[in-house]
Amino acid sequence: MTSTPGSAVPTGATMSPRSAVQRFTRAQRWVHRAVALLMGVCLLTAAMLYFGPFAVAVGRRHLIATIHLYAGLALPVPVLAGLLSGAFRTDLRLLNRFDAADWEWIRRKDRRQGRVPIGKFNPGQKVNAAFVGGAILVMVGTGVVLGWPNPWPLQYRQGATFVHDWLAAAIVVMTAGHIVFALRDPEARLGLRTGFVSLDWARREHPSWAARHGSPARPPHSQTATPGPDPAGEGTQEIPNNRRERAWPRSAE
Amino acid sequence: MIVAGAAGVVFGGRIQSAVNSALAPLTQNDPTGLTSLLPTGGQFRYYSVTGDQPHRSEAAYGLTVGGLVERPVTYTLAALRALPQTQLTKDFQCVTGWRVEDVPWSGVRLSTLLDAAKVRPTAHALLLRSFDGTYTESLTLDQARRPDVLVALQMYGKPVTRAHGGPVRLYVAPMYGYKSLKWLDGIEVVPEVVPGYWERLGYDIDAWIGRSNGRDDEPT
Repeated sequence: MTSTPGSAVPTGATMSPRSAVQRFTRAQRWVHRAVALLMGVCLLTAAMLYFGPFAVAVGRRHLIATIHLYAGLALPVPVLAGLLSGAFRTDLRLLNRFDAADWEWIRRKDRRQGRVPIGKFNPGQKVNAAFVGGAILVMVGTGVVLGWPNPWPLQYRQGATFVHDWLAAAIVVMTAGHIVFALRDPEARLGLRTGFVSLDWARREHPSWAARHGSPARPPHSQTATPGPDPAGEGTQEIPNNRRERAWPRSAE
Repeated sequence: MIVAGAAGVVFGGRIQSAVNSALAPLTQNDPTGLTSLLPTGGQFRYYSVTGDQPHRSEAAYGLTVGGLVERPVTYTLAALRALPQTQLTKDFQCVTGWRVEDVPWSGVRLSTLLDAAKVRPTAHALLLRSFDGTYTESLTLDQARRPDVLVALQMYGKPVTRAHGGPVRLYVAPMYGYKSLKWLDGIEVVPEVVPGYWERLGYDIDAWIGRSNGRDDEPT
């Protein structure tokens, strides 16, 4: 999946295998992109339907409401499609598990320095994933009641409006927080853009995961016991560029 | 989360009305408009089915009454202002749930305009048009002749603003908000009801508050 036929870059010839780790496959990255796009459309159209100044500027209520409805209905599709990917299913399993290290990470002030054995996802990411997953289901469910109100008794329609409105407010807050955290961490964004992160970053942010997947490019027989420090700067300098990555062997994951 | 969502659906209506009344003192007197970011009711929300906010200057404005009438006529804004004005203070209830209480309306009774035009006996209904170019509404003649149906020129003691449908809009007090067409510029007397914009999209033609669209709101 990650290899492209005809890539001219000699695999592993000019880069250190220890400098980059594959964090996401193409499937995971596209699920993220598709969900982000649909969520963005939902939030933008919601603003146009809901906030006076935007509503006055845009109008076209029926059209905007229709776009909002179908973008919302489509939200679970990328996630369901992602289930076809083993890597994505593995990530879901990892996200669903909260362990002792996660609680430790929450308690500690030095949580970003690689001293807590955090796995592939930190507790914040786990909470966010659980929230987004649950929120999508609840928003789709209440959205269906609002989009096709006729079969529902009024009490449920009012209740669905209540849940849809206030959960939307919570989603705005969570999404804003999600984006702020992403903006603060260029390398996390790089991971979602290219699939790869540096080993330095992985060791700092996800030490336990880095330890398990830190040298994915090396076949087992070539592994030497050299846990020593990288040559100065190597970890961040040698992240492969896009074309090289495609030739990069897949991680064991 | 699913359970919380389901519980919210079951009890949310009651919680929301409690939240609305708790926040009402804040949202009603908020000079910043920031509380409109919160999902509460009690304020007008802007709905338009076309892109640009329709605009017609007071000088260029004209309201045409035509169709099955003996005396078709076009009123200027000044002519409308010269007719007997009726004041009403009543709630505005939207079919999507929000309600604005005690709005002071002022304008000419629709029945006044119909009487002046001399409606023909074959007529049964009105087709109302907005100068947004798209929106239409319908009323039967009986509905239109009610004393609480106004061609509104003022809201809150001031000329109806552009966003609220000015310079002239309809206010059909006993019906859901979509009947109170904004940016009114045409009243056509027709033989039978022609469903309006939202009515073609599934909303009830006879939009009595509390007795239509599957809702049980308190009548205004």
